[in-house]
Amino acid sequence: MEKIENGEVHKEAISGSLSNYGLFLLRAVRLSFRGHIAFYSWMIFLTILSFFGLRAYCNQFVEGLITTGMTDQVSWGVYIANFTFLVGMAAAAVMLVIPAYLYKEEEMHNIVIFGELFAVAVMIMCMLFVTVDLGRPGRFWHLIPVIGRFNFPISMLSWDVVALTGYFIINAHVCGYLLYMKYLGQKPSKWLYMPFIILSIVWAVSIHTVTAFLYVGIAGRPFWNSAIVAPRFIASAFTAGPAFMIVAFQIIRSTTGYHIGDRVFQLLRQIVTISLLISLFLFGCEIFKEFYSQSLHNASARYLFFGLHGHYALVPWIWSAIAMEVAAVIILLSRFSKTPARHIWLNLACIMATVGIWIEKGPGLIIPGFLPTPLGEIVEYTPTLNETIVCVGIWSIGILLFSWMLRLAIPITSGMFHATEDR
Amino acid sequence: MSEKTTGKSAAGKKEMFKPLSRRSFLKAGALGSLLIGGTSAAMLPLRKFKNDTSLETFFQQHYERLTPGRMERILKRIENEVKERHGIEARVKDPKPIPDVQFAYALNISRCVGCRRCVHACVEENNQSRDPEIQYIRVLEMPDGTFDVEKSNHDYAPDTVPTEGKYYMPVQCQQCENPPCVKACPVGATWKDDDGIVVIDYDWCIGCRYCEAACPYWARRFNFAEPKIPKEQINPEMAYLGNRIRPKGTMEKCTFCLGRVRNGLLPKCSEACPAGARQFGNLLDPDSVIRHILREKRVYVFKEEVGTRPKFYYWFDK
Ligand code: SF4
Ligand code: SF4
Repeated sequence: MEKIENGEVHKEAISGSLSNYGLFLLRAVRLSFRGHIAFYSWMIFLTILSFFGLRAYCNQFVEGLITTGMTDQVSWGVYIANFTFLVGMAAAAVMLVIPAYLYKEEEMHNIVIFGELFAVAVMIMCMLFVTVDLGRPGRFWHLIPVIGRFNFPISMLSWDVVALTGYFIINAHVCGYLLYMKYLGQKPSKWLYMPFIILSIVWAVSIHTVTAFLYVGIAGRPFWNSAIVAPRFIASAFTAGPAFMIVAFQIIRSTTGYHIGDRVFQLLRQIVTISLLISLFLFGCEIFKEFYSQSLHNASARYLFFGLHGHYALVPWIWSAIAMEVAAVIILLSRFSKTPARHIWLNLACIMATVGIWIEKGPGLIIPGFLPTPLGEIVEYTPTLNETIVCVGIWSIGILLFSWMLRLAIPITSGMFHATEDR
Repeated sequence: MSEKTTGKSAAGKKEMFKPLSRRSFLKAGALGSLLIGGTSAAMLPLRKFKNDTSLETFFQQHYERLTPGRMERILKRIENEVKERHGIEARVKDPKPIPDVQFAYALNISRCVGCRRCVHACVEENNQSRDPEIQYIRVLEMPDGTFDVEKSNHDYAPDTVPTEGKYYMPVQCQQCENPPCVKACPVGATWKDDDGIVVIDYDWCIGCRYCEAACPYWARRFNFAEPKIPKEQINPEMAYLGNRIRPKGTMEKCTFCLGRVRNGLLPKCSEACPAGARQFGNLLDPDSVIRHILREKRVYVFKEEVGTRPKFYYWFDK
């Protein structure tokens, strides 16, 4: 950094810090393209998958949403299912932020930034999933206040747009600021990030609550119109997010040698276990309510769990989700998953919990909400190949982004990539 | 991602400007061609893209912000587009709500025979896509003695109607007084007009389909593809918020044939019904047929419990 002796050099200092920043970007770009052959293969693999996704999306863009399995009966499909699941994953970053910043867990400080970066990458995936779901993506600007016509605060969807954009900006700011300060070797000013950290905790809960309200607010669909959806969303998000991170952190630890203490895994395992128990409990409450009273409004639940009038598409899915979640909880509560040396059981439990929750709140929540239709019809939905490839593409873009962010963040946090003194 | 490589990269500014080695030059070349080649291969399907939006249309503002002059030009533009794409001389208008009118519908369940004439008349009048097929009216065949739509049959064969032991219940947009679809729309592309008709600005809808999920009557239809209508079947009398040919990727639904009813005609379905089951009129006019039915008959509304307050009434007269 330039030494600032008095006010006169102030201008110089600004241009100096700008050129510093330019240099940082330039070096970051170069660093992004460095790495082992394994890193290269991984990134190229993801890039190729993303291209397949882009191609499938171009097909859809030309032909219309007819290239998907969606119909007037089931008018939202895997795009919105993935979106819903991912909003939860992004919100789950707070499960690292809270222990790190509020409970001052030393070990968590090493990895909290990865959680925040993860949230940023996932938010981008969320936005992509919403965009590919639009019939007229070119009219996106209609959502922008003033130049468009943003139906806020009446439409729950407009709330969701505000919540997601806000969360994205907060996290991007915190990550960018902390990493850049670390790169410069300066102590970050608390005032420039702590308020945003606190805000992000509240905001994380709000993004998932608002996303739940998207469904809960629809009076005409009894399967969604239930107060328990929002708490279920939060509990399942706080299961799937940390579970995913347990696996991701082990990969980071073994491929980069970056120090992640066992305490981190212990803590995350506890979070996953408790959240999963709560999530299963709430799920059970929902099942009781649907089936004990035998009201006609439980048709969607009957369709989901047992099939209805000869339509069974979701039955194997939801039961495997339940089986996976129960198995995960048993493993997590048993002694198997507690030995830090062997994480195989823990990983297995985490993967099963994540996949189970993806099914439960993705396809298992969105599709039965539509079936039977308000007029009692059942038209089953199966995603097309093209639609599936678009999903794979978006996941690849997200993982690609996250890998790239880690490629920069790991050397920065471990102090190997920093501004040099001898400028 | 080894420490070795990252360690080296901290070497500072000088390192930034040293010439590329032959190896990294080749590497950059290979990566560059992967990216460029991949992107262009991925974008290949775009060759088939038929652009349906001129720059002016792209920047077209929300219906409520259009000046009369601007509206004139838009109506002309739509006429030209219909001519270009379908070879038809259309007359596109923008009929406004008439003051002191609230339109409402009343359907006599006892009379309806389930022939689906209304369904087809509606398709012809409102220029719905024939492929993929879009229909605004769904006629449910219900077993006597139940209101549970889950027991309904949507695919009954029309040549055997009416069937003993069944009754028929046509459902279309109920023009709700408190429409959940309008609340749902994030961009205000759908709203309740002054005569109670819920309309959609097809040039403003972004195609998110939230309104479709929100409607308790399954009344909304989405254009999953470019609508296809044989040229000779196109109805050339079009309304901007009504039956003009919709763009791909936008929402549509029954508008009580607003182009007709705002000019004193009956909705096409009402005219087409051979059984006289479909009555239509102005709720605010005490002498209207609607008011007569509301006074004299035992009417009910569909799904009263969801609080939408439909302006579409059903009644039995046996
Ligand atoms: S019936 Fe459906 S589409 Fe029509 S106004 Fe009511 S909610 Fe909207
Ligand atoms: S599909 Fe169109 S009209 Fe319906 S909510 Fe979305 S933008 Fe509004």
